[in-house]
Amino acid sequence: MAYSDKVIDHYNNPRNVGALPKEDPNVGTGLVGAPECGDVMKLQIKVNEQSGVIEDAKFKTFGCGSAIASSSLATEWVKGKTLAEALTIKNTDIVKELSLPPVKIHCSVLAEDAIKAAISDWKKKH
Amino acid sequence: MVKLPIYMDNHATTPLDPRVLETMLPYFTDRFGNAASRNHKFGWEAEEAVEQGRKQVAALIGADPREIVFTSGATESDNLAVKGVAWMYREKGDHIITCVTEHKAILDTCKHLEKDGFRVTFLPVDNKGFVDLDDLRNAITDKTILISIMTANNEVGVIQDIKSIGKLARERGVLFHTDAVQAVGKIPFNVNEMNVDIASVSALKFYGPKGVGALYVRRRNPRVLLTPIIDGGGHERGMRSGTLNVPSIVGFGKAAEIARESLSQESAEMFRLREKLRKTLERELDELYINGDLEKRLPGNLNMSFAYVEGESLLMGINDIAVSSGSACTSASLEPSYVLKALGVGEDLAHTSIRFGIGRFNTDEEVDYVAGRVIEVVRRLRELSPLYEMAKEGIDLKSVHWATEA
Repeated sequence: MAYSDKVIDHYNNPRNVGALPKEDPNVGTGLVGAPECGDVMKLQIKVNEQSGVIEDAKFKTFGCGSAIASSSLATEWVKGKTLAEALTIKNTDIVKELSLPPVKIHCSVLAEDAIKAAISDWKKKH
Repeated sequence: MVKLPIYMDNHATTPLDPRVLETMLPYFTDRFGNAASRNHKFGWEAEEAVEQGRKQVAALIGADPREIVFTSGATESDNLAVKGVAWMYREKGDHIITCVTEHKAILDTCKHLEKDGFRVTFLPVDNKGFVDLDDLRNAITDKTILISIMTANNEVGVIQDIKSIGKLARERGVLFHTDAVQAVGKIPFNVNEMNVDIASVSALKFYGPKGVGALYVRRRNPRVLLTPIIDGGGHERGMRSGTLNVPSIVGFGKAAEIARESLSQESAEMFRLREKLRKTLERELDELYINGDLEKRLPGNLNMSFAYVEGESLLMGINDIAVSSGSACTSASLEPSYVLKALGVGEDLAHTSIRFGIGRFNTDEEVDYVAGRVIEVVRRLRELSPLYEMAKEGIDLKSVHWATEA
């Protein structure tokens, strides 16, 4: 299978790899997927309590190149957005940006789920 | 400096040996005759070449040349063996025994026969990949007409106890077929010593051309009869009609001759390189798991799971090296390897498996390069893996409640 240049770029130079302190009240953590399915994404956001803007985002992903690229892109996109704006990111936007083939659409779905899970974790703390 | 990309996927296919190509070339040009043309030099020449190839292939597996039926490859050989016996011996019985880790050419042929009214027992394997002889013994009934168990597995390289299986089959008067595609040319394989009645062989697995294979069909003690699956001019003693693929048969023969002459030395060399690769990886990386038994295994096979690193992402990182993965993502089905599953390898680890297949043309420098690249990429991807992070934090991944996709 040939990968798009953007997938290869995110795979070789993943953006925002790492971890934020889970216990921090301003950090929301989303952990989606399962090892048995071959994809697990952990996406974390740090939200400014006053403005509601996502100031920082980090990820770690177990999965194929497209899964790594989808989550890397997701962290880039959520940064600087408000929670409401971040919730409007759709998996289809990721598919389009990374030119994912049909068999890799589930990677983009997982990335969208990861964003939502991180936001919902943050909301639970507030 | 090693030449890139490196080919280390020799279970999929092998490169054509230049000596094999050389013997084939005249049969594409001057000697283009049809081996079935009985009235002129062109035909005689072709027939002679085919018979020479038949002798060479027979010699590699200890058979009589008259027991070799040329086919288009291993899938056809497997189909002919299983369907050929099923239809020929239908009056005698309707039961076939095989095993869950067979190649799809056997499994799907058996499933096809089930739809036609045959009964098939798919024996399980243990966590090393072996069929249990008692399971086999207990599965045999008076309606059993065929046992088909592969010699060496294409994914994990595990070698079954073919001699004992053949002995058991013979004692019970049941025909025994083995898909010997991965074994022939790599390890000693003799149809008489191993009590084999029918065996599938393929040229492309031992440095011969693609598109040609053979089925060994025993002529006496017992004499095996097969109903052909292709009808036509009655070539190959009526068992496989179709004009013979002369250049490929010539190459197949030459490849068999080279394999026979160099087998013991080459097998030791592949084993040495395989062990070097395995030991280097195990020295530098933790949490590696060998899939399948390490002792009774093809010398060039290494099937290993790199925990917490998904197989396809690893392949992407070592894209100047050709190997395979048991990860779902590399297959069309989105299911991880059924062979690893049959061995009881969890799906989480199946997704992280890589199959290295070392062959005749691999070198020490290539093994060093491959080991270095794999170590580097596995380390990088583990830094990227939430599972590795969790495992290092002491979290039992099995106890985590994973929210699977809706």
